Amino acid sequence: MKTVTVISGKGGTGKTSLMASFASLLATRSVLVDGDVDAANLSLITGADMLESHDFTASKVAVTDLEKCDSCGLCLKLCRFGAIANDYRIDPVACEGCALCAFACPQEAIEMRDKVSGHWFVSRTNYGTLVHASLGITEGNSGKLVTIVRNKGRELAETTGKEFLLIDGPPGIGCPVIAALSGVDAALVVAEPTVSGIHDLKRILSLCHHFGVMPAVCINRYDLCVEQAKVIEKYCLDGGLLVAGKIPFDRAFIESLAQGIPVTEFNKESLVEKIESVWNNFNKLLV
Amino acid sequence: MRLAVASGKGGTGKTTVAVNLALALRQKNLTLLDCDVEEPNAHLFLKPVFYFTKEVGIPVPRIDFARCTFCGRCSEVCAFNALAVLKDQVLVFEELCHGCGSCAYFCPERAISEHERPIGILERGNAGNIKFGHGRLNPGEAMSPPLINEVKKMCRPGLITIIDAPPGTSCPVVSAVSDCDYCILVTEPTSFGLHDLDLVSRMVKKMGVQAGVVINRSDLGDDRVEDYCRDKGLPVLQKIPFDRELAEYQARGEPIVKHRPSWHDYFEKMFYRIAEKCEGVSR
Repeated sequence: MKTVTVISGKGGTGKTSLMASFASLLATRSVLVDGDVDAANLSLITGADMLESHDFTASKVAVTDLEKCDSCGLCLKLCRFGAIANDYRIDPVACEGCALCAFACPQEAIEMRDKVSGHWFVSRTNYGTLVHASLGITEGNSGKLVTIVRNKGRELAETTGKEFLLIDGPPGIGCPVIAALSGVDAALVVAEPTVSGIHDLKRILSLCHHFGVMPAVCINRYDLCVEQAKVIEKYCLDGGLLVAGKIPFDRAFIESLAQGIPVTEFNKESLVEKIESVWNNFNKLLV
Repeated sequence: MRLAVASGKGGTGKTTVAVNLALALRQKNLTLLDCDVEEPNAHLFLKPVFYFTKEVGIPVPRIDFARCTFCGRCSEVCAFNALAVLKDQVLVFEELCHGCGSCAYFCPERAISEHERPIGILERGNAGNIKFGHGRLNPGEAMSPPLINEVKKMCRPGLITIIDAPPGTSCPVVSAVSDCDYCILVTEPTSFGLHDLDLVSRMVKKMGVQAGVVINRSDLGDDRVEDYCRDKGLPVLQKIPFDRELAEYQARGEPIVKHRPSWHDYFEKMFYRIAEKCEGVSR
């Protein structure tokens, strides 16, 4: 079983659209994971019949018992996250869950409570099983939730004898991205030919390098700026990186999204071929 | 007045809106802060001249073994498992540390001091009249909020600050948007855009920040985003149609107001509409 993550650094370059296309091309040979727990979109294309739903309770939050509190002000002085208001109520969004206040309170007026900060799901789709999640808005700990869905996906792929675990990664280079890249065989980086796209590509490649993950690059909407697309190709060539393919800007992506189907099922042969060739080239890295 | 530009979904055009809005208002002595420290891009369009660079870190424990008695209290109070106390050794896992200071506070032997572990770089500069600041998180670092908070220290009371936020709805976005008077939500008229607009508009509501919507590539999709805004009473501040030529300028790092003077006026008008809504509440 091979594990791959589709990432981009910059958001909105087409990770999820490509991921859904790969899932469709591989029929049911893969298990899918939506690693963007902040803004999970893969199921908007693949559909999802939910089989399992679980609470995500990785964090705790401090709660003040105002009856016991004698307003000594120690917690206010110690908290480094600005979570304690002047009336000693604790803002659950700002609270980091470090428990310093709870340990320090001379009145034992502060309690650490478990909090459900999201949910994760196992669902059936036309393209195989999907493990996905939704992190509660304004919650932290997204890396832990990504780790849960990634591990569950791996377990399902292994026990059902699938060939691939496909992970749709989140944007950025921070904690959820690191979790989505952990233990994968290779990463497909979807880049767009813009100055922002190139800047962010370099940063995500250095993250891959940092964690020893082998990357390949796919240039999406390359014809929106051929000049910048060439800059990316040259950069990859100089760095010995595989450019798995180039995909043109095509309204079929938007139209298929409106219909809730992968673009590869949109009856556009030329586009299907290009996406297929991206996957085939990338797949060579995995062998 | 603090004005954030956010979006649930990435790549909808936050930076485009933030940069062009700043350029349209350049006479107003404003500050633009790029708080997407994982992937900062605004500098590519504004090309500021930087005059100040500083390493930003979070405080992590250092053990003074001359005093440590290996009592284990530090590891007991650490909520993040960043310390492990063995028979004659204390292991510090710096990358797990959130810098809360519990271990140092509770150590009965006062054997723990704190030192800064760098997580990124803060840079300040000027782009013409615009004051500019951003952070760059070091690749491999998981925690961006401390760096975002450092960048936000450049907000100047009484003056306009535009904050370019990271995508999503979790802690880095909360750090960027908190204490703002208004939040512009940038989206696109697709099912992805709609789904993520719903998340981020619930986020700003929970945070008590007023919001309005900019629909980018407004002609590439359907009407559901507009219907949603009508239903939720979210004002649509601007619709920006897809324009292949603009996309190409954008790709080269050229702001659209430079090529389409009419956009200068659109952004300026948008600002006055927002300013009206913020009247009386701005800090």
